[in-house]
Amino acid sequence: MDGVVSFFDYLTNNLDDVMELTIEHAIYIVTVMVAATVVGVGLGVWVQDKPVQKEVALGIASVFITLPSLALFTIFIPIVGLGFWSAFIALFMYALLPILRNTVTGLAEVSPAVLESARGMGLTSRERLWKIQLPLAWPVIVTGVRVASLLTAGIAAIATLIAGGGLGDFIKDGLTNWGFRLAAEKIWTGTLFIILLALIFDGIFGLIRKYTTSPGLR
Amino acid sequence: MTDKAFIRLENVTKVYPGTEEPAVAELDLEIPKGEILVLVGPSGCGKSTTLRLINRMIEPSGGRIIFDGEDVTTVNADHLRRRIGYVIQQIGLFPHRTIAENIGTVPRLLGWDSARVDARVDELLEMVGMDPKIYRTRYPKELSGGQAQRVGVARALGADPEVLLMDEPFGAIDPITRDRLQNEFLRLQSELQKTIVFVTHDIDEAIKMGDQIAILREQSRIAQYDTPEAILAHPANAFVEDFLGSGAILKGLNLKRIGDLELTEIPTITAPVSRDAVLQAIEKSIDGWALMLDKDGKPTRWLDRTALDRAEGLDEAGQRVRVTVEPEDTLRDALEKMLLSVTGCAACVDPQGRYMGGVRLELLTDFLQELQRVERNRQAAANA
Repeated sequence: MDGVVSFFDYLTNNLDDVMELTIEHAIYIVTVMVAATVVGVGLGVWVQDKPVQKEVALGIASVFITLPSLALFTIFIPIVGLGFWSAFIALFMYALLPILRNTVTGLAEVSPAVLESARGMGLTSRERLWKIQLPLAWPVIVTGVRVASLLTAGIAAIATLIAGGGLGDFIKDGLTNWGFRLAAEKIWTGTLFIILLALIFDGIFGLIRKYTTSPGLR
Repeated sequence: MTDKAFIRLENVTKVYPGTEEPAVAELDLEIPKGEILVLVGPSGCGKSTTLRLINRMIEPSGGRIIFDGEDVTTVNADHLRRRIGYVIQQIGLFPHRTIAENIGTVPRLLGWDSARVDARVDELLEMVGMDPKIYRTRYPKELSGGQAQRVGVARALGADPEVLLMDEPFGAIDPITRDRLQNEFLRLQSELQKTIVFVTHDIDEAIKMGDQIAILREQSRIAQYDTPEAILAHPANAFVEDFLGSGAILKGLNLKRIGDLELTEIPTITAPVSRDAVLQAIEKSIDGWALMLDKDGKPTRWLDRTALDRAEGLDEAGQRVRVTVEPEDTLRDALEKMLLSVTGCAACVDPQGRYMGGVRLELLTDFLQELQRVERNRQAAANA
């Protein structure tokens, strides 16, 4: 019981810090999602009918995701320095694969008969992409973004190690002061709020998927 | 070159990259205005390729396509396709769009205002026999196969194109529904008078649907191009004879429709019936069968004398009417249905299911004898 009470005490006493770092963390998720969605979907559209480029793109994105995160976060320090941008690039590389893969899968699942009839009716290739292919692939693409957001919420905790801020600050603080007062509370605060953020983004993308998908596809 | 030709393929060739043999070789084809031209042939003969060359879904490697006097071989293909309705076997309705949005696709591409599009959608839904109030806001997944194909046809007619290209449009539908859709489509075409190119591998369907038939062999070479009657009566060569197969006489039954014949009278009684009325009707009947109708005039039961000998109520006596024929049915359709009928006679009904008259097997045998005579004359001429 003592632990729980002191955790809540810690929380109320440091609410300003908690809010600030939660917002920093959320900014990572939002900016990375925007960038990775634009690039992932764009790349997915571009490679969908090019088998070689498709394999190359998926292969590279797969390599990104298998790199050890600690290493990936440090690779870019010589180029963009410590802080936000290094972390942003690393998170972006992680988020790319689920979005790219789901875009490619979603587009591939569009029925050839639907595309044939669209072409036969005189829809230009641009109209087919925007009016037929993307709307049909949309639920799958949103699911990819949703997965990517969960991934980013968790891995963004490492940003703290390259002075990138975010909720990882609490965890690092707790770890480096292990054995001292409030160390466990700090770790719990960081972990709990990362989980909360992840759940919120999961819920948001669930709602986006529900309300932006045609009833004809449900 | 005739004035009747609305579309003309001149010396059209298609060679796919990496192949030596052309898929379509130097094809000259005239597509008559306001009629159904059926392209029929064994699989791999290039009939679908030929169809897709017309709206340039496949770009020709050589030759010219003349559309209503205009050379369209190199015009913008997307714009060309908006002037040509296109129906494929898998239909390809857009699953994320409502029925109304599907049908309104081409009109909206052409920039019609929404009031005009809405009115056109309702008109087309009614034309294919679907209630706009019910179906306008539905999605394709809520339709049966037959309904989806009707919407497919309505969508192809969206902007009232002069030409329809149909690639095995009824190929994936069960035989009974297919029959009904063919009949409906012919009824529609008799009003619309579109220029239609219709691809099928089924010679029976070709004979039923075609005003003209082009029988194609490999590389889309025309083995014979003529009316169904002429092709059945005078196959131009061994290939055509083989393709028609045995039973050319039976296929001739596809040429005539029930509506072309004079229906016979069957004595009818309207429920509820009395024993005397039934007896009277049966006595009037030449083969001892009388037909009972319900209050709307729809056939319900066949009655003969044995039915009266039974103890059960008259409304339950006799044999239930299981099959009826329609005026659009070909004699072949009718024959198949009549073979299922206990009485050897079928009741012909209008689209609302009301009794119009009877069709007896003798009507068919008379017609068959006529065909046989033609066939004998043909063989005599061939041997001479």
